[in-house]
Amino acid sequence: MTNTKQFCTFFVNGLFFGIEVLKVQEVIRYQEMTRVPLAPATIQGLINLRGQIVTAIDLRRRLELPPREADQLPMNVVVRSDDGAVSLLVDEIGDVVEIQDDIYEQPPETLKGVARELVQGVYKLKERLLLILDTERTVTLNTAVTRT
Amino acid sequence: MNDNLQQQLIKDLLIESFEGLDIFDREMLALEKGEGNAETLNNVFRIIHTIKGSSGCIGLGKIESVTHVGESLLSLLRDGKLAFGQEMIRALLEYSDALKAMLRSLEQTGTQGDADYSTLLQKLQSLQNIAPATPAPAAVFGLFEDEPVAVLQPGPSAEPAPKPVVSTVPVVETAIVPEKAVVEKEPAARSGTFISDTAIRVDVGQLDKLMNLVGELVLARNQIVQFTAQSQEPTLLNAAQRINTITTELQENVMKTRMQPIGNVWAKFPRIVHDMAHDLGKKVELVMEGKETDLDRTIIEAIKDPLTHLIRNAVDHGIETPAARRAAGKPEQGTLTLRAFHEGGQVNIEILDNGHGIDIAKVKEKAIQRSVVTPDQAATMTDREVFNLIFLPGFSTAEKVTNVSGRGVGMDVVKTNIEKIGGSVDVLSEAGQGTTLKIKIPLTLAIIPALIVTSGGERFAIPQVSLLELVRLEAEQARKGIEMLYGAPIYRLRGLLLPLAYLNRELKLDVSAAGSTDGNPVNIVVLQADGRQFGMVVDEINDTEEIVVKPLGKQLKSITCFAGATIMGDGKVALILDVMGLAQHANVVAEVRDRAVAGKTKAAEKVDERQTLLLFNAGQNSRMAIPLSMVARLEEFPRSQVERSGNQEVVQYRGQILPLIQIANYLPNATATRSEADPVQVVVYSEAGRSVGLVVSKINDIVQEVLAVKRSTGRDGILGSAVVQDKVTDLLDVIGIIRTADPGFYDETTKI
Repeated sequence: MTNTKQFCTFFVNGLFFGIEVLKVQEVIRYQEMTRVPLAPATIQGLINLRGQIVTAIDLRRRLELPPREADQLPMNVVVRSDDGAVSLLVDEIGDVVEIQDDIYEQPPETLKGVARELVQGVYKLKERLLLILDTERTVTLNTAVTRT
Repeated sequence: MNDNLQQQLIKDLLIESFEGLDIFDREMLALEKGEGNAETLNNVFRIIHTIKGSSGCIGLGKIESVTHVGESLLSLLRDGKLAFGQEMIRALLEYSDALKAMLRSLEQTGTQGDADYSTLLQKLQSLQNIAPATPAPAAVFGLFEDEPVAVLQPGPSAEPAPKPVVSTVPVVETAIVPEKAVVEKEPAARSGTFISDTAIRVDVGQLDKLMNLVGELVLARNQIVQFTAQSQEPTLLNAAQRINTITTELQENVMKTRMQPIGNVWAKFPRIVHDMAHDLGKKVELVMEGKETDLDRTIIEAIKDPLTHLIRNAVDHGIETPAARRAAGKPEQGTLTLRAFHEGGQVNIEILDNGHGIDIAKVKEKAIQRSVVTPDQAATMTDREVFNLIFLPGFSTAEKVTNVSGRGVGMDVVKTNIEKIGGSVDVLSEAGQGTTLKIKIPLTLAIIPALIVTSGGERFAIPQVSLLELVRLEAEQARKGIEMLYGAPIYRLRGLLLPLAYLNRELKLDVSAAGSTDGNPVNIVVLQADGRQFGMVVDEINDTEEIVVKPLGKQLKSITCFAGATIMGDGKVALILDVMGLAQHANVVAEVRDRAVAGKTKAAEKVDERQTLLLFNAGQNSRMAIPLSMVARLEEFPRSQVERSGNQEVVQYRGQILPLIQIANYLPNATATRSEADPVQVVVYSEAGRSVGLVVSKINDIVQEVLAVKRSTGRDGILGSAVVQDKVTDLLDVIGIIRTADPGFYDETTKI
């Protein structure tokens, strides 16, 4: 018998990503943001999530993908991290899917750059590959701050 | 045992034991003073007994065995079989320290620590043998003498070792006998219980969550109230009104749950003073007033260390040795008074000692030695300025370094720490009479007053504590007023050079969105960071608001320009500026501090003969002035807010009723006119917690002038005239006018 896990899925630049459902606090529409001067470009701004101030990280920039079209409003996937809630900005929200463990594989060696660091593993779904993100690493910006 | 349960039990034990040991220390000191009674001894015995019981329960063998020894000694004391002496008390205090050390180690590392307490315990053992009040049965002593060998040798690992107690010391069985008797006595002893049944322990995180939610509710309330104000529906208006009052009350009450009496911090001081006085061979009495004064717990945490340092300082440097005191004609015992009270929305803490005071000559000498001031400057410095020198880094006038001074933090750190939480420290001293330190701190850190400004199209909040004043330069002034000094913008503020920084440039904001082009007025926010002033140019100054401070996520922690964020009334997020960080970022306070001080004292010298005056118009007297030091605040009220109470015009102001006095009516040629200007311009004057609003027709300017007052003859309401800015200006007799308008004002203040 194989175990199954549930993932919240979303799209970023045509790629199909998933985060374990238990780590996702909620998914919300685009929110107005207050940008943070001097912050790294990855940080899009701060949003007011019912009185909680949440940092929004642009996943396209975080994953070093080309920027979003100007007219395309991102969605917020709010994840729980050790440091409280953080919002990940994605292009589009997918379904919550339940997947069996036996189609899981480590990310291929050929995966390069920042993706190598952030993608925990891959589920080989029939129609496409689901990339699982390591949330803790995703919300930790090691190249912390560009200060001038 | 379940791991979680074990953790919980240990946590409970820690909380209970630390509290208990604080009481233990206090009771010991009371006993020393001869104030203790039978109940006191019962109390301390019970504390140790409880720790022993609880630690035994969760298998903390070492703590249990150590408590056991103390318990035996205390039980003999309690039963009157041993007499109390100095040595006994000192040993017991040392014993309490040992227990605390073990508990702390348990808290931090999860082990009972590997310190060896056998010497201390041996001492306690031997104390059981001396000076019995009545001879005790020899058998008992025999038992205890054997004990330390077996019980007090903790294994190399800190593993609980309750077993050896039973197996290797057969006599222990009998040793327990007196203890059993104690257990039976317990219910009776408990009747005078000191832990109230009406209190429960609540996790602080839970309270913080509540506080957050209430903050949210306040914002939602504001929106509802704003929205319903346009409605005519009575039911809706009623409901909105009720939500309004309930929310306010809820907010106040939740705030109160986070409050703790300052006595919690003070609890440790009697012990510190006692120990230090003993070490230094001084006699010091500690008096504490206002223990019950409430403070937010975050502030309690923040002032703990500065206060401890000030207390140490006072005992070490302030109070003299008994011999010196006798020589000075003072009682041998010095008094150190701690006083706390609420005033004007702030908490005041005063530390008074009746020692020898600060030696002005010595401080000056030291300051000159360290080239903080020049001899010339020192000669003209006021006492107050001299006292403030002690807050400079590395400044110590102690003749010798004792083991007490040099521990912990210096006075400069005390000042920085207190200023960090928005407080201030002031020192007063009279040679030979003593020193008083006055600390003012805000009630809470969670909600702070802030100035909201706009720059580059974004809103920012600046904490009021760092705000000195606002300067607005109109087009012409702006072009001429801001000068460049090697590329650095400078503004002359009352003759002093004020370095400027542009917020939009510092934060790399969109400059094009701002109206920073020539010809527009310039807004300068004068800020203070680390004792240095600088001006921050912003696009727009919006309003002052009470804001709820929320921390930034770890991704943004490294940007030193921001202290946090807050949610504005419209639900949007605004960043709170960290003035210190911003100043460093903009390089406006980079100069060495010593220079800053030299500059400051030089400036102060110059200013000394000058007074800062508020210029305004009132009635037909076109130019009037009062010293700015008499002005608490300047306010504007819409005429619609002015209400009547009897014959008196009043406005609601910061939750109080502010009586208004029409100055024009008390001046010569009074025509009993009422200024009909809207908004009403009010100068708020405060004295001992009471305020009164002086209504003027126009506020003109604030200037610094050397005053040469010509006494006027018999003109009511006017002290005299002077030439200010080349024009004759009347000086308003504020006190006289208030006396006439409200004869009770000063009486009542003195009563309070």
